[in-house]
Amino acid sequence: MKSIEEYGLMAEFSTPEALLGGVSKARTHGFSAIEAYTPFSVEGLPEAIGCTQNRVPMLALLGGIAGGAGMYFLQWYTAVIDYPVNSGGRPLHAWPAFIPATFEMTVLGAALAVFFGFLALNGLPKFYHPVFNARDFDLASRNRFFLCIRSCDPHFDSAKTHDFLQILEPIRVFAVPFGAEIPREQQ
Amino acid sequence: MMQAKAQSSPVLRGSYTYASITDKIADTVLARPMHWGWIAGMAIATAVTVLFLVAISYLLVKGVGIWGVNEPVAWAFALTNFVWWVGIGHAGTFISAFLLLLRQKWRTSINRFSEAMTIFAIAMAGLMPILHLGRPWFFYWLIPYPDIMNVWPQWRSPLVWDIFAIGTYMIVSILFWYMGLIPDLATLRDRSAQRWKQVAYGLLALGWRGEARHWQRFDTAYLLMAGLATPLVISVHSVVSLDFSFGNVAGWHSTIFPPYFVAGALFSGFAMALTISIPLRAVFGLQDFITARHLDNIAKIMLLCGLIVVYSYLFETFIAFYSADKFEIYLIRNRMTGPYAWIYWSVIFCNVVTVQALWFRRVRASTIALFAISVIVNIGMWLERFMIIVVSLHRDFLPSSWGMYYPTFWDLAILAGSLGAFVLLFLLFVRFLPAISISEMRKLVHEKQRAAS
Repeated sequence: MKSIEEYGLMAEFSTPEALLGGVSKARTHGFSAIEAYTPFSVEGLPEAIGCTQNRVPMLALLGGIAGGAGMYFLQWYTAVIDYPVNSGGRPLHAWPAFIPATFEMTVLGAALAVFFGFLALNGLPKFYHPVFNARDFDLASRNRFFLCIRSCDPHFDSAKTHDFLQILEPIRVFAVPFGAEIPREQQ
Repeated sequence: MMQAKAQSSPVLRGSYTYASITDKIADTVLARPMHWGWIAGMAIATAVTVLFLVAISYLLVKGVGIWGVNEPVAWAFALTNFVWWVGIGHAGTFISAFLLLLRQKWRTSINRFSEAMTIFAIAMAGLMPILHLGRPWFFYWLIPYPDIMNVWPQWRSPLVWDIFAIGTYMIVSILFWYMGLIPDLATLRDRSAQRWKQVAYGLLALGWRGEARHWQRFDTAYLLMAGLATPLVISVHSVVSLDFSFGNVAGWHSTIFPPYFVAGALFSGFAMALTISIPLRAVFGLQDFITARHLDNIAKIMLLCGLIVVYSYLFETFIAFYSADKFEIYLIRNRMTGPYAWIYWSVIFCNVVTVQALWFRRVRASTIALFAISVIVNIGMWLERFMIIVVSLHRDFLPSSWGMYYPTFWDLAILAGSLGAFVLLFLLFVRFLPAISISEMRKLVHEKQRAAS
């Protein structure tokens, strides 16, 4: 039976190694909609949950190119086309003098792309999320490691998935409700 | 043997768990009662900041005539303060970005407050040239935008490069700092007991929940930001030095300036990092996190930068004589024996003689000695910039236009006020935000446990 009241089932672990073990077992068991919540970045965890794509570096490159090319164009356009100032017959297109501002804007463009790309790809800011309803989830930013199997997973079944998570020997297993009003006794 | 050495002075002392290290650092913000020292510091810093605001207001009303600047010395305290504050900022970026790229684990506990130091120092630095503009309310004319005057900035001028260098540096530093703060703000949101704190930190944390995919992007983005911030350290102070070396005044017109200024910037910046971290660890009891190893490492980098500065002093002097340019030779003689000779010899004492004490391990192990040396170096580096700016200007090519520069009360008020505002911002920072990165410390605990097992 598929339950629509819950976001998923969550298992709580006390070490990153236990979480990593749990994640790989869940993957071999056939689950695909897996989420893992940790208080610090755990090496190997993104690969373990099957996340191989990372578009942040590409955004940095694009942002840098846009910033640098835009700044060089602005300098060329203003100094050569729109506002040429003859200063002792020096060339208007004084490219060496355009480099410092071009460099700075390349860095700025890339940095803005990295920062806002990081937020956008993560879907942040997002002040409400169902996992915040889970009991003890505040420990995810302190000392606990959580594995969540989403209810949208094709293999998800409230009772069976609960039993599966119990085999991983977590501290406890509990349901993550969609809304805070839903009672939490499902444990 | 390497291991034995690492054991004797660890990066992280004591036996911490994820929970205890989180609670210890979070509690410096959430649970700590007001310390009398913090209140006293706030009172003094606020008073000096008020003086700063008064000095700025009076400047806006009366103009730069209230300062001691005039022909021939048209640049003095404001530019000295500017170069000094920018330089202080560089050490923070160096610690947080460059040492991250070099995988120096010891930077973990000092990067957060160093970045805060950078941001507040750039804020102070950025004010100085704006206040010196004469009509500061038109500072935005430096920014290229299509205006009805049909005028564009002069791209060949280093002063225009400055606004791009400093502006970029400020924005990138803030983004880098804030990004590192996001997981810690989430910790504070989850740890705070009062509703208003949960809401405030919760809004700032942007809903961070520590999902593995988010962490992956966080790590990549953080590393990229570090890689982007690192060249800024070099470029920003090089551009600052080009403000001088594009002029043909004796003592400014030199190709050694960019590396010389960058080394000087890191030298004074690391000195400021010591000046801040030594009282910080004592007041907050952070000796387990900011250990003797950190202070020792900072002192070593300071010594290295100091030696590059000494080399630059030597070559500046040598090249002046080697060039056979009589104005350059006179400048060096005037520095050493002229009316401002006491500044030259103070610079030599502070920046050349005092730092040699850092060769000795016993000096590097003494927090009092390190604190004293760091304060002396800060003073020395301020005097060095004063020497470069004022001594070159006060006797230039025409003896008929020689003159002296004397600071007025308002010059001193701006310098003291910027210090007060810097301290005020820093005290607010340590009160409301974690001065040490909690998530990175948890990772350090994990690595320590893994190495032990």
